[in-house]
Amino acid sequence: MSEIRYTKDHEYLRVDGDVGAVGVSDHAQRQLGDVVFVELPTLGAKFAKGAGAAVVESVKAASDVFAPVSGEVVAVNAEVDRQPGLINEDALGRGWIFKLKLADLSELDALLSQADYDAFLETLA
Amino acid sequence: MNTQGRPTRPTRESAARRGSFTGNRALEMEEALIFETGRLDASGVDIEAPAPVKSRLGPHARDGEIGLPGLTEPEAVRHYVRLSRKNYSIDAGLYPLGSCTMKHNPRLNEKLARLPGFADLHPLQPLSTVQGALALIDALARALLTITGMRAAAMSPKAGAHGELCGMMTIKAAIAARGEEQTRKVVLVPDAAHGTNPASAALIGFSVRAVPSGAEGVVEADAARAALGPDVAAIMLTNPNTCGLFERHIVDIAEAAHEAGAYFYCDGANLNAVVGKTRPGDLGVDAMHINLHKTFSTPHGGGGPGAGPVVFSDRLAAFAPVPHVVRDGDAFRLVERADGDEFGRMAAFHGQMGMFVRALAYILSHGADGLKQASEDAVLAANYVRASLSDLMSAPFGDRHCMHEALFDDHWLKDSGVTTLDFAKAMIDEGYHPMTVYFPLIAHGAMLIEPTESESKASLDLFIMTLRDLAMSALAGERERFVGAPYDAPRRRLDETRAARQPVLRWTKPAPTPME
Amino acid sequence: MRYLPLDDSDRALMLNRVGVADIDALFADIPADKRLTSPLDLPKGAGEIEVERALTRLAGKNVAAGSVPFFLGAGAYRHHVPATVDHLIQRSEFLTSYTPYQPEISQGTLQALFEFQTQVALLTGMEVANASMYDGSTACAEAMLMAHRVTRRRKAVLSGGLHPQYADVASTLARLADDEVVRLPLDVGAGEDLAAAIDEATSCVIVQTPDFFGNLRDLSPVAAAAHAKGALLIAVFTEAVAFGAIRPPGAMGADIVVGEGQSLGGALNFGGPYLGLFAARTPHVRQMPGRLAGETVDADGRRSFVLTLSTREQHIRREKATSNICTNSGLCALAFSIHLALLGEAGLKRLAAVNHANAVELAERLDAIEGVSVLNDAFFNEFAIRAPREASGLVEELARRGIIAGLPVSRLAPDAGLDDLIVVAATELTTAADRAAYATALAESLTRGGKR
Repeated sequence: MSEIRYTKDHEYLRVDGDVGAVGVSDHAQRQLGDVVFVELPTLGAKFAKGAGAAVVESVKAASDVFAPVSGEVVAVNAEVDRQPGLINEDALGRGWIFKLKLADLSELDALLSQADYDAFLETLA
Repeated sequence: MNTQGRPTRPTRESAARRGSFTGNRALEMEEALIFETGRLDASGVDIEAPAPVKSRLGPHARDGEIGLPGLTEPEAVRHYVRLSRKNYSIDAGLYPLGSCTMKHNPRLNEKLARLPGFADLHPLQPLSTVQGALALIDALARALLTITGMRAAAMSPKAGAHGELCGMMTIKAAIAARGEEQTRKVVLVPDAAHGTNPASAALIGFSVRAVPSGAEGVVEADAARAALGPDVAAIMLTNPNTCGLFERHIVDIAEAAHEAGAYFYCDGANLNAVVGKTRPGDLGVDAMHINLHKTFSTPHGGGGPGAGPVVFSDRLAAFAPVPHVVRDGDAFRLVERADGDEFGRMAAFHGQMGMFVRALAYILSHGADGLKQASEDAVLAANYVRASLSDLMSAPFGDRHCMHEALFDDHWLKDSGVTTLDFAKAMIDEGYHPMTVYFPLIAHGAMLIEPTESESKASLDLFIMTLRDLAMSALAGERERFVGAPYDAPRRRLDETRAARQPVLRWTKPAPTPME
Repeated sequence: MRYLPLDDSDRALMLNRVGVADIDALFADIPADKRLTSPLDLPKGAGEIEVERALTRLAGKNVAAGSVPFFLGAGAYRHHVPATVDHLIQRSEFLTSYTPYQPEISQGTLQALFEFQTQVALLTGMEVANASMYDGSTACAEAMLMAHRVTRRRKAVLSGGLHPQYADVASTLARLADDEVVRLPLDVGAGEDLAAAIDEATSCVIVQTPDFFGNLRDLSPVAAAAHAKGALLIAVFTEAVAFGAIRPPGAMGADIVVGEGQSLGGALNFGGPYLGLFAARTPHVRQMPGRLAGETVDADGRRSFVLTLSTREQHIRREKATSNICTNSGLCALAFSIHLALLGEAGLKRLAAVNHANAVELAERLDAIEGVSVLNDAFFNEFAIRAPREASGLVEELARRGIIAGLPVSRLAPDAGLDDLIVVAATELTTAADRAAYATALAESLTRGGKR
């Protein structure tokens, strides 16, 4: 069962084996408003943890998507390229942006669990 | 980056309209595109036939249709007059737009800019035939230097952002002259700054580091000192700042910057608050752009043209770009090629002459006394508005005096179900252009109001009463007035999401249907 | 004071509401030793009569282009602007309106921009155009930066036919941004080998047509050479009317087309305000600088226009924006659009034909003068002549005789060894009498002055 983890920058990582799907959280999509465009990374690109990997744009805002962990891009979501609104409709599901082959599984420990992320959101309110 | 989005699509809540055959509503008229009404062979200009000559176009002649529609003169007048009537304008009503200084555009200035001796002058005419134009540029430059207490002026930048770029380039050239271009690559910019500030710095490869504003809405000298270092080329401050406050520690910050080997760039967008009251040159500024289309009344024209001349201190004067006007006794000449340390050229020709004429006319009309009075009235008007609304609307830095613009946030709307955006759109139905919203970024749901000195007290009073009425209505839970607004403008809220997801950026001839 | 509505009793009431005794209390944040205690060293305010007198006197010290036979082009062109254009742009709602950030009350501006963008795209043969830049020279520099973003390379190649000041602006920006620029020497005969200058590090080649000397260039070979190396072709123009007669750069493989729009709707204005035109292809639209007006619908389903794709711009992307541009040249874009709508396709083509005919006739007259030769094969309304004498002195002499004869190339390129060249332009405003006067005066000057 794939587990979902979060960063304080509102990215999520849904891990399945040694590949993780990356997207922005439901909170993030609500903050952004209607998503109109996603700047996807290139296949094969390698990112260190915390590096800017993608950009999600709404009409009035733009938000960097930072790699939650280090890895290599093994897939990008063509659906989200065609229908950016998927990020609003289903951020955690069909609204995934790219998939990383994890370089260092120990980096997962630093990420927030769902419960920790929800608690973090409370502090922002 | 600005990561705070907001709704960009209309909601279901909208009142029904009564229709008409034409779609018009009395004087408010629907108007098609020229591509739908014009004809390729119609023209509103009579041109005599060309003399028959042997073509020298070689193989480069254009064949085929371009697709440009033409209108006869009556059709053109009607088209554009109808379009114009869909626009708000300062001639028609107050623009409370913070940091834009939407003051009255004097009509004398339009007349003078159109004198053939200014308007019908080519920039590359022999200098002996344009001495009056050079004298005018020189006179304006001197006036701006007097007003700002600075030492040299670059008149060529074409707008404020272009002036910022000019300032950044001058600073980079000065740093390179000291051999420090590899070490000083950072520019400090407050988090509240206008987007053009970091954008201008980044264009020439500086990286931008934020310097925080303090709890009182201004940059503290310690915060600046902490951010300065051997890697910093410059600090960019706006003064008064984008929260409408005078940066009271500016002298200390300038000193700290200079001690740290950095330059001090001042964004002059808010100069209207301090003309005749203080001079940036006395505060330690090294370079400052001036928006002639703000402080000096040149018209906004729906998006320009503006002008952004830059004034410099002694530290930077030598590096300012070409061209510059030089006085030689009674005559003027133009330095068009670098003959010293000028860093290069910002644009072809000599600057926005048309805006120079207007700005100089404004300065001559006001004079020293009028310019100071204008700044005082601008600051008084903003405080009058602020004091008249402060019991209803929350301000991020408490109930304290502002300069020429008053900043509110959306804290007071917290439980009302009405956002800053909704509030702004409801102002439209009352006959007002909204104030600046969601800027500066450091205030949540910011509302920045700058009435300027051009408003009568009656106008200010009506504006205040209207905002009070709207504010009380929002607090009383009358959401419908806001969430569906504007109801009465030529257009309701637009689907900006669709405009961005499916961009249609031009008219395209529809493909012929099978019947055609 | 006629522009300040508040009077002293208003001010007193307002100060009272604010709760301060005097206005200086509101300036208390200014450090005490930095507050001005005496008036600025400027004259006191003046009424319309005095201001008009002062500025009219300055205007009177200039020789207006229309008062003499006039043949200067070189980046700005004297054309007839129909009376309707200036009248319409002076309507309050166009002249004194703000940038159309509130679309519901800016549909006039926005629809006009949408029409303008379409006209520019059609004129240049491209797919999409923005709502204007400051002028042709800065549009050219911005195109260079856009090409760097698209190709992820940082080296630009500048043709020797590019207006020297345009090349100066691009070179300045490149140098300050630590980018590379290869600037080919001035190319009078349009014979340079651009392809040889393009390599795998090149992001763009920037070529002007009609070029600085008036030559018409076929851009297709350069486009092919650039594309073969993964570079973009940026085409530049300074005379928009040309495209009523010559093939546009979009039809020759240009990726970005930029130029000066002053010829349509704009007065000469001693160099500004002018109008930057910027057109590109749809796949690159998100890398374009400047504002874009787009079509959508409102809550009632009616067609509407709005500024869109704003995330490219400084107010959102800040240091990651495609450009820092904010205020552009909106009113000049409107003037351009109105002028072009009044001309229409037939009118523009006829205007272009008259321009060309007048230039051809002038070229024949000048070429017939002993010692003078026209250097161009193909041209539109501008060409270069070689004089048998130093050109800048000759042009000064002709100015004393009441003829503005054109641009001595040495003014913009003093080290190019082209001191005997003059760039000459003719438009629909150049009469037969003007042309005859020029030829006569030139012949006389040369006869009397003698050859070098």
